[in-house]
Amino acid sequence: MERAHGHRLTLTGIEHHFGATRALEAISLDVAPGEFVALLGPSGCGKTTLLQIIGGFIVPDAGAVQLDGRHVEAVPANRRGVGMVFQSYALFPHLSVFENVAYGLKARGERRERVAAKVAEMLALVQMQHFADRRPAELSGGQQQRVALARALAVEPAVILLDEPFSALDKNLRLDMQIEIKRLLNGYGVTSIMVTHDQEEALSMADRVVVMNHGRIEQIDTPEALYDRPASLFVNQFIGHANLIGGTISSTGDIRLSAGYDLVLSPRQSAAAQPGSRVLVSLRPENLKLVPTATPGALQARLTAVLPLGGTEVIEAELASGETVKIHRSRTAQSDRPRPGAAVGLAITDLSSIGVFPAPPT
Amino acid sequence: MTKSKSGTLRDLLPALPLAALFLVGFVLPLTVLGALSFFQSPEFTELGFDQYRRFADDGLAFSILADTLLIGAEVATLSLCLAYPLGLVYLAAGPRLRTILTFLIMLPLLTSTVVRTFAWIVILGREGIVNSIMQALGIWDQPARLIYTWGGLILALTQIQLPLMALPLINSLIRLDPTLPKAAEGLGASRVRVFFTVILPLTRPGAVAGWLLVFAAASTAFITQSLIGGGRIILMPLYIYQQAVGEQAWPFAAALSLIFTAAVIAVVVAVDRLGKDRTAARTARLKAEAAPAASADAGIAAMVSLKPEQADIGRPNA
Repeated sequence: MERAHGHRLTLTGIEHHFGATRALEAISLDVAPGEFVALLGPSGCGKTTLLQIIGGFIVPDAGAVQLDGRHVEAVPANRRGVGMVFQSYALFPHLSVFENVAYGLKARGERRERVAAKVAEMLALVQMQHFADRRPAELSGGQQQRVALARALAVEPAVILLDEPFSALDKNLRLDMQIEIKRLLNGYGVTSIMVTHDQEEALSMADRVVVMNHGRIEQIDTPEALYDRPASLFVNQFIGHANLIGGTISSTGDIRLSAGYDLVLSPRQSAAAQPGSRVLVSLRPENLKLVPTATPGALQARLTAVLPLGGTEVIEAELASGETVKIHRSRTAQSDRPRPGAAVGLAITDLSSIGVFPAPPT
Repeated sequence: MTKSKSGTLRDLLPALPLAALFLVGFVLPLTVLGALSFFQSPEFTELGFDQYRRFADDGLAFSILADTLLIGAEVATLSLCLAYPLGLVYLAAGPRLRTILTFLIMLPLLTSTVVRTFAWIVILGREGIVNSIMQALGIWDQPARLIYTWGGLILALTQIQLPLMALPLINSLIRLDPTLPKAAEGLGASRVRVFFTVILPLTRPGAVAGWLLVFAAASTAFITQSLIGGGRIILMPLYIYQQAVGEQAWPFAAALSLIFTAAVIAVVVAVDRLGKDRTAARTARLKAEAAPAASADAGIAAMVSLKPEQADIGRPNA
C-alpha cells in the first residue's frame, strides 16, 4: 500500500511539570513519516504525559511539537488531527460500532454518504464489517480494540497514538493482536507512537524504541541495538535480563572481576573507564555457557537452580564471589540435566557483546 | 438454587418493623382516603362517584392540577439545567474542592424547609433584600412584586429542591469513564458536541432520577408553595388542605388527593421509562464494572439514598 498516510512528528526540548514535580525534561524526538515508535519505561517515567502532550490533551511548559514542520503546541486536541487509541479503548457504550467509527467524521461535518463510505472502508480494514450494528459491550476485547483503531484511523490523523494498547487483552490474544496491528499500521503507512511498560511489546512492534526514565530519554534506538548495545546501565537492566558482575579496571585497561577472572576488552567497551575505577560488567544470560571446570579460563561456579521451560532452560549459578548469574540455553530431550549443587565452569560466548558501565556509588 | 419457605421468611424478618410502619403510616391512611372519596357528601351517608364526577366537571380543580404538575416539571427542568454545569465543575474539581462542593450541596438538606422558605420571603419580600438594593441603586422606583408570583415560586422551589437533582446527577457523572469525553474531543468534537453526544446520553439515568425526585418534591411542596404563593397561587396541596380543613369537604379532599397522587405517579412512571431503555440498562451494566469511586464521591453516592425522605416533605395532608 502507499505511504501517503504518514506525517513527520518532531518534538524539541519538551519540558513539563506537575506542581513542583518535573515530569519531563529535555525531550527531543524526530519520528519519520510512517514510522512506528514505542515509548518504553517504568510507570511514572513520563511516557504517558508525553503521549498526552503529542495528543494535545496537555500543553507542555516548554518545547515544540511539530507536525510536518508546523507548530501545534497550542492547537487543542479536537483540532490537532492526532488519533488516539486508549488503554480502555474508550468506545462509546451507547453507540453502535458503526456510530463509533462515524463519530469523528460526523464531528467534522462530513456528508452522510462520505461518512458511510469511510466507515465501511475502515471496518473492512480491521475486518469488522459484519459487526457494524453491534454495541461495544457485545464485542470481545480484541474486537473492541480493532473498532477503536478503526475509529481513530477514520479521521485520517497525521499521527496515531496507542496508549498501552494490549494491556487489557489476555496473554494468548495479545501476540496475535500485536502481529495484526503492526501489519495493519505498517500497511496503512500511518505514523504511530505507542506507549508501553512491556519491553517485549515495544521490541516486537516498534521500528525504534525510546527508553524513558525519570522524565528523560535514556536511549533512542532500534530494538536490536537497545538489547545488544544499551547506552546506560538502566537500559541494560530494563531491556532483557542482565547478569551484573562487579569488577575493577586494571592498569592495562582490562577488567579484573571480583569473581577472579580477567576480561580483555575492545577499546569501545573500556573507553570511558579510568584505571582503578569500579565497574559493573553485564553478561546476557545467553552469552554464558556451561563448560567443564577444567576448561582453561573458565569461571568457577556452583549450580543453584535449574528451571526447564519447555524448549529452553534457565540455569542459576553462584560465582566464587557470591554473585549469582542466570544462563539461558536451548534444551532438547537429549540434553543432560545438570544437578543443583554441582561444580561447573562458565565460559563467555561472545566477548564483544559485554556491556561495561561505571559502578553506581554505594 | 432452592430455598425452604421458612428460610425465606426468616430472611425477611429484619424488614418487619419498617413494613409495619409503612402499613400503618402509608397503606392504611391511603385506604381510608380511598374509602372516604366514595362518599357522596360530607355527612358520610351515601356511597357513589359524585366526588370524582365533581372533579371532572370542575374546570378550576382541573386547572389547579395542571398548574401543579406544570410547576413540578418547570422546577425539575430548571434544576436540571443548573445541576449539569454544577456537576461538570464538580467533575473537573480536585479532591479538596469536591469535599467542599459536596458539603455546600448538602448543606440545604440540613436546614428545615420552613427556614429555607422564610429566607426566600426575606429576599423576595416587598421590603426584602432584592427590592431594597434595587431601590437604593435607583434602578427601580418602587418595590416590584417578586413574592406571591409564579416566577418567585419557581425560583424558591428550585433552590430548595436543587440538592435532590445535584446528588444523583453528580453520582452519574463521576461514574462516567473520563476517557470517553477525551476520546470524543480527540476525534475532533467541540466541547458542546461532547456534552450532547457523550456526557448527556451516558448520564441520563442520573438526570432522570434527579428530575423525578425534584418533580415529585416540588409539585407536592405544601410549605413552600403556600408561603411563597401566599394564597394567591393555589396548587393542589393547598387546595386539598382548603377543601379538607376550610370547607370540611372530606370526601372531595380525599378524591383530590387520590387523583393528585395518581397524576404524579403517572408522570413519574412515564418519565422513568425514558431513562430505562436498552441503552440505560447497558450503561448501568458497564458502570457496575467501573472502578470504585473516591471517598468524596462515595459521600455523594451515600447521600443519594437520602432522597426518598426528602421527597416526602410537603406531601399533601388531606
